[in-house]
Amino acid sequence: MTKKNKPDLERTWDVLVIGGGNAALCAAMSAKENGAGSVLVLEASPKDVRGGNSRHTRNLRYMHGQGNRFLTGPYPEEEFYNDLLQVTKGNTNEELARFTVQQSNDIGDWMMAHGCMFQPAMKGTLSLARTNGFFLGGGKALINGYYRTAAKLGVAVSYETEVVDLEIEDGVFTSATVVHKGEKKKIVAKTVVLACGGFQANLDWLEEAWGPEARNFLVRGTPFDKGTVLRLMQNKGAVTIGDPTQGHMVAIDGRSPKYDGGIVTRLDCVSFGIVLNKNCERFYDEGEEIWPKRYAIWGRLVGQQPEQVAYCIIDAKSIDLFMPSVFPPVEAGTIEELAAKLELDPIKVKETVDNFNRTAGGDLSQFKPGDISDPLSTQGLEPPKTHWARPIDKAPFYAYPLRPGITFTYLSLKINTRAQVIMAGDKPAENIFAAGELVSGNVLGQGYMAGFGMTIGTVFGCVAGKEAANV
Amino acid sequence: MSEKERSEALQEAGRVMTICNSCRYCEGFCAVFPAMELRRTFTDGDLKYLSNLCHNCRDCYYACQFAPPHEYNLNFPQAMANLRGETYREFVWPGFLAPLFKRNGLTIFLATLFSVLGVYLFARMKENGVENILGTWTGDGSFYTIIPEHELLISFSIVALWALIAFIGGIWKFWKTINPTNEKFFSGSGNKGALMDVLRLKYLEGGSYGCNYPDEKFSMSRRYMHHLIFYGFFSCLASTTIAAVMDHVLGMPAPYSWYSLPVILGTLGGTAIIIGLIGMIYLKTNQDQRPLAAEGMVMDYGFIILLLLVNITGLALLFVRDTPLMGSLLILHLGVVFAFFLTLPCGKFVHAIYRYVALVRHNQEQANRK
Ligand SMILES: Cc1cc2nc3c(=O)[nH]c(=O)nc-3n(C[C@H](O)[C@H](O)[C@H](O)COP(=O)(O)OP(=O)(O)OC[C@H]3O[C@@H](n4cnc5c(N)ncnc54)[C@H](O)[C@@H]3O)c2cc1C
Ligand code: SF4
Ligand code: SF4
Repeated sequence: MTKKNKPDLERTWDVLVIGGGNAALCAAMSAKENGAGSVLVLEASPKDVRGGNSRHTRNLRYMHGQGNRFLTGPYPEEEFYNDLLQVTKGNTNEELARFTVQQSNDIGDWMMAHGCMFQPAMKGTLSLARTNGFFLGGGKALINGYYRTAAKLGVAVSYETEVVDLEIEDGVFTSATVVHKGEKKKIVAKTVVLACGGFQANLDWLEEAWGPEARNFLVRGTPFDKGTVLRLMQNKGAVTIGDPTQGHMVAIDGRSPKYDGGIVTRLDCVSFGIVLNKNCERFYDEGEEIWPKRYAIWGRLVGQQPEQVAYCIIDAKSIDLFMPSVFPPVEAGTIEELAAKLELDPIKVKETVDNFNRTAGGDLSQFKPGDISDPLSTQGLEPPKTHWARPIDKAPFYAYPLRPGITFTYLSLKINTRAQVIMAGDKPAENIFAAGELVSGNVLGQGYMAGFGMTIGTVFGCVAGKEAANV
Repeated sequence: MSEKERSEALQEAGRVMTICNSCRYCEGFCAVFPAMELRRTFTDGDLKYLSNLCHNCRDCYYACQFAPPHEYNLNFPQAMANLRGETYREFVWPGFLAPLFKRNGLTIFLATLFSVLGVYLFARMKENGVENILGTWTGDGSFYTIIPEHELLISFSIVALWALIAFIGGIWKFWKTINPTNEKFFSGSGNKGALMDVLRLKYLEGGSYGCNYPDEKFSMSRRYMHHLIFYGFFSCLASTTIAAVMDHVLGMPAPYSWYSLPVILGTLGGTAIIIGLIGMIYLKTNQDQRPLAAEGMVMDYGFIILLLLVNITGLALLFVRDTPLMGSLLILHLGVVFAFFLTLPCGKFVHAIYRYVALVRHNQEQANRK
């Protein structure tokens, strides 16, 4: 935008929103609509890559009484709530969980009124067609729509403005210190909404929590979510919830960029092949569960292997069975050649594949991709492959290198249903609110449910904005 | 499918297509993504087809989390437009005309110059040529005082036929490339579907909110301008056809009164086209340059300006037909119309042809899938 649109960082703002993703924008719009005179959004990133991890998303889960043009049927409160209890294995704050589900009721309508466009579920994701609203064009289109609406409402945005310090006295926020174009500035506001994501892009912190292997993790989303504000709040006495070693980790293509590789680096081939580590050994049952359900476990598994790398090997029979991914597979006419291309020991790899092939199989006509009733499992192999175990014998052979990719961390600021941050002594802060990934651990203590990250951001963003406007 | 033989535009189209095919977030915007999803790898023919299926609405540029400055540097509309430009040269018939796309501004300029000059010499050749041109003529057949009827009819039939044959040649070459299964062009409901898509200009509405044109906001303006030009064009075509029938079949020589069908249709059509073209110029000059394929701009403006001239001279002729300016303006008008038809197969107009063919293929493919 032009110079004249640059917000004035010297004045006192009514509501200051830290972050520029889904939660932040929902908070900013909601604050403005609930009567806040002036709202300023501080986004650490440049405008072109604004929107944090939210711009990588594609859908949001919400409660609704009936289907519509985009959703194939109703998703009632109890079902939603039970789904949540199931994935978290009860590791959730029941009051906040119930609140989140209820507040999400028909939230799609609010979203559309604020610039979101929906489309019917994407092909290949039909399992979510009833429960999740898919954004037309994905998360970046959603975020663009929100920024447009926010601008119309009079919300000011300052890009390339990273918060590096917060002034909080006796649990009351007074100002934030930012770095803007290399310059330090103090921004004064009456209330603040913290909506600046997890700390998954902070490799130092990840290393602190996970050990040195964390250096080899790939960060699937924005490099700007470094958890600076989370750490600041911890130091200022905010109560946190969850454990820093909890995070959503998946196995992605090992050739992906360090940051921001996004959705296209995911690999859905594991259940159709075998996975070897650097030592050319298998280490886990590749056929344990249907892939989407096991998607999240493999990040950790690969993270525990030497050099945090693994290789998925499949053959010509399986190459068309999963979604294509961004990097072409490594391809060779024989297993030995394939191993050489992966810089693995050809003899050992051949041995592992042969061992697998000897024990795999049965009636191959019973093979049922994507269906857990598939009967093909290995006999007497350790570890076994309990489904989809077809011999890897049809050239050409293919391999994908795998590395752990971290989506987000769960460590969160504790909040109440007014989205107020809970300070030491269980005291809610008067004028400090939080939303989005930064609070996800309150409801999602563990596990993951597709589209729920955006639900948390939208629900608590709206609540935080409204509360902040009324302080 | 060796990478080395692939042109740069093809390589880039293949690269971005592979990324999109593993993302698919833009599925709801247009026909390109559903067509893409039917494939796992992309042959040259596939890419050429998909690039012409793209209507350049740019929705997928602004929606893309991998657009520049991201390291994937994904600029889908630009990659498609660059490849499209290449397909225009590849499929032009006869093939030796391909370089005319590269120097399209000059081509259109020279074609116009020589056409106007040609018509002028034609008029001069007639008995009392100069006096005719400068005279004031009214009533039935006054145009033919300037230009001999017979020769006019023959030369315009020839140039129209040229355009038609060249299009058929281009369609034939393109169809063979994008349709390896040898499905017949007229088989199934491909043409019916494509026609419906074209009449609505369905894919200029993106995922029903319009194009991101000229900038990030969704807007129907590009679609409406295209509608004006599209229907204006057919209105003019109808006007010309009716006039030709009245003149040469029914024996009612032109010019016709203000309230005659050809004049009404022509005036409405011409005005619509002029508004549409000016709108397009406005949008083009104000567009965000980032998703743009710069190479195509000369071609775009060349076509727009020539079509503007056709319509402005045509409308002006209505107003001055009873004055001594009629002769000169008629020559000018006929000249630019001649140049318009002459350059039709080697300019921007072909985008409509190949898009239509791609839509036929798309409609067939989607029908086959079901
Ligand atoms: C590839 C991928 C796909 C995903 N798909 C889905 C999906 O389909 N559905 C779903 O529900 N969830 C999905 N998620 C998870 C989802 O992205 C998050 O749950 C959600 O985006 C969190 O929103 P947020 O607003 O809290 O954080 P973010 O969107 O990450 O926003 C945080 C913002 O804060 C800014 N920021 C950070 N630190 C500072 C600072 N110090 N000062 C100023 N600004 C700062 C960042 O620049 C950023 O703009 C996906 C994640 C990834 C990586
Ligand atoms: S343009 Fe970008 S967002 Fe759209 S499908 Fe392609 S990669 Fe995905
Ligand atoms: S520019 Fe528009 S028409 Fe072209 S591929 Fe993108 S969304 Fe489809």
